Amino acid sequence: MPVDPDLAGREFPPTAAYDVSRSQIAAFATAIGDTDPVHHDVDAARAAGHADVVAPVTYPIVVAFRAMRALLEDPEVGIDLRHVIHADQRFESLRPVWAGDSLTARLGVESLRSMGGSDIIATRTELTGSDGELVCTAYAKLAHTPSEPT
Amino acid sequence: MTALTPGAELEPVTYAVTRADLVRYAGASGDFNPIHWSDRVATEVGLPGVIAHGMYTLALAGRAVSSWAGGPDRVLELGARFTKPVVVPDDETGVAVTVTGVVKESDQPGVLRVDLTVSVDDSKVLGMARALVRSTDA
Repeated sequence: MPVDPDLAGREFPPTAAYDVSRSQIAAFATAIGDTDPVHHDVDAARAAGHADVVAPVTYPIVVAFRAMRALLEDPEVGIDLRHVIHADQRFESLRPVWAGDSLTARLGVESLRSMGGSDIIATRTELTGSDGELVCTAYAKLAHTPSEPT
Repeated sequence: MTALTPGAELEPVTYAVTRADLVRYAGASGDFNPIHWSDRVATEVGLPGVIAHGMYTLALAGRAVSSWAGGPDRVLELGARFTKPVVVPDDETGVAVTVTGVVKESDQPGVLRVDLTVSVDDSKVLGMARALVRSTDA
């Protein structure tokens, strides 16, 4: 089944606030093998000029992914999870993510186009802090290849 | 630390990625897609075996750029296309992912571009991989 042809321009409701903890940042850094103390130790982070433990560059995906799930799991959108791949990702950071942040993600579909039998869905997800300040914009492209009609 | 000046080739870094890393990453990121931990599911969808999350590979690129730039807060932009799956064997050594970078001018003052090459066995796994970083003297 192809995806909803009217998907372009659709805006999804914001996710519930996600509270970023020191432990989560340390666990994410450990998973990617990053031992830089600014991710693990609040004193080291403060010595480097941060308010608190600072997240690795791609950490915003954790929150952006929660917004992506609203798109992937909406039956009206028509995405088959077995046939979707993450094709492209880009982050524009206005500031790093710190422990203590409470982040909300809002996803919009920028464009939908067809290429070589696949639907390319370009999304933009804005992450904002508790005061509404924009922290990071995450751009993701998904390639969805509908299964052959049987 | 290699100075971030236009034309500089940054010190290449190689990171080992094992199945255990992918399991940790699944937990830390919330992405539990079974192609990143189950050979059965990975082969059912036509992959040669379990592959790393594209975001895991991009995270390694971010790690390299952060270390070159002098901290994660100096990285203003990071992006890539996921062009080739990174197969992670079920053994102790895993797969070696190498990140290299070349510094270029950008069109913004105080900001430099780093063009990244991310490869496994000399074969690129990310396309158009690049970062924008605050220059170290900014």
